[in-house]
Amino acid sequence: MLNDPRAAVRLVREIEGIALRLAPRRVTLMEVCGTHTAVIVKSGLRRLLPKNIQLVSGPGCPVCVTPPGLIDAAITLAGRPRVILVTFGDMLRVPGGGGSLEAARAGGADVRVIYSPTELFALARENRSSRIVFFSAGFETTAPSVAWTLMQAERSGIENLFVIAANKLLPPALEVLAQAPDLRIDGFICPGHVSAIIGASAFEAVARTHHVPAVVSGFEPVDILLAVLMLLRQVQAAKALVEIAYMRAVTFGGNRRAQVIIRTVFKRVDSEWRGFSLIPDSGLGFTKGYARFDAVMEAGMAVESGRPAPGCMCGEILRGVKSPEECGLFGTTCTPETPIGPCIVSSEGTCAAHYNQKTAGIDDF
Amino acid sequence: MCLAVPARVIEVEGDYARVDIDGIRMRICVALVDDLAVGEYVLVHTGFAIHKLDLDKAIKTLELLRRMVNDHENAE
Repeated sequence: MLNDPRAAVRLVREIEGIALRLAPRRVTLMEVCGTHTAVIVKSGLRRLLPKNIQLVSGPGCPVCVTPPGLIDAAITLAGRPRVILVTFGDMLRVPGGGGSLEAARAGGADVRVIYSPTELFALARENRSSRIVFFSAGFETTAPSVAWTLMQAERSGIENLFVIAANKLLPPALEVLAQAPDLRIDGFICPGHVSAIIGASAFEAVARTHHVPAVVSGFEPVDILLAVLMLLRQVQAAKALVEIAYMRAVTFGGNRRAQVIIRTVFKRVDSEWRGFSLIPDSGLGFTKGYARFDAVMEAGMAVESGRPAPGCMCGEILRGVKSPEECGLFGTTCTPETPIGPCIVSSEGTCAAHYNQKTAGIDDF
Repeated sequence: MCLAVPARVIEVEGDYARVDIDGIRMRICVALVDDLAVGEYVLVHTGFAIHKLDLDKAIKTLELLRRMVNDHENAE
């Protein structure tokens, strides 16, 4: 049923009915998860929606919002002797201020890709004379896995494992976006797997304080259409509530056990996002008990902000104020093969999603 | 990066479990979820079960969609 075109057609008809009643008002809904962006683009949902209902992509790609200066720091660390720099695959080709981890690897640095943080145990044990430095970029979905791994490393007395803490928290970014002067957002399609961990109630401030409706969505096209319909019903009724359209995986309270594990290892810190500058309480740093795992501190490094490449609009694209097609570099000098900004090279990047559709000959924008 | 896939639990071994994802067998960490039983479904992200899937609620969602489609087809 979730893949049943008849269900999609019914939902689109309901959406059209509300859109017609709202017209000529334009309604802008933002999806804040890169996986949602990819599904929306791939399934052509934008084209199915009425003209006055606009979907814009937000900062839902953790690799893309990692500031270039931190990527440069990781590259510097990877270049040091007896360091094994470990990352999820997504980060490998993302450009910092100069170069990428992939380029560093080609230049002789020991850079390895893992699928799961649990692989760090074996890496640390098999390479006792090296420092294992894990570049931990991700949202709340990934944070408990990394935190649990460090709790185990602490228990097992593993001393050569360090982490670049680049994890980000989505609700504070949504609060910034809800107040953005250059973009009026009428509703948020909230990330399903982030919410599985933190609970839908984490978006209460977005709805209550900033009066923007928020609906947590799953990842099938029908899930997203259902979330759009629920948001439009709220817009029509002038309500601003948090609702769940992904009931099978998300509750209001979230995964309490995972939340405790996150809080044991990490604490909230002010954090810099590409395209946003500093967002208060939007990142994860180490608690006192786990400070020894801090790779940046251990290396005695100072992380600079770093500068995005000239002409790169990833920052504006991550805030939803520009689309990839408005960037002068998109698809010409900046392609997945020759990336200038992160959004073209991450599998969850908005530019990558648009580029892949374009090269497939589908013009959906 | 927040991609997660549903998996069926085949065997629980302490903090780890063997699961089946569309016919593929994998060993994942289940330390983030409480009281896991064989046959339950979990969402897997970076080798960890991050949440149990609620089958009753999944069925409710499917029912809601099915009703929507049927009501419409009967009305035509």
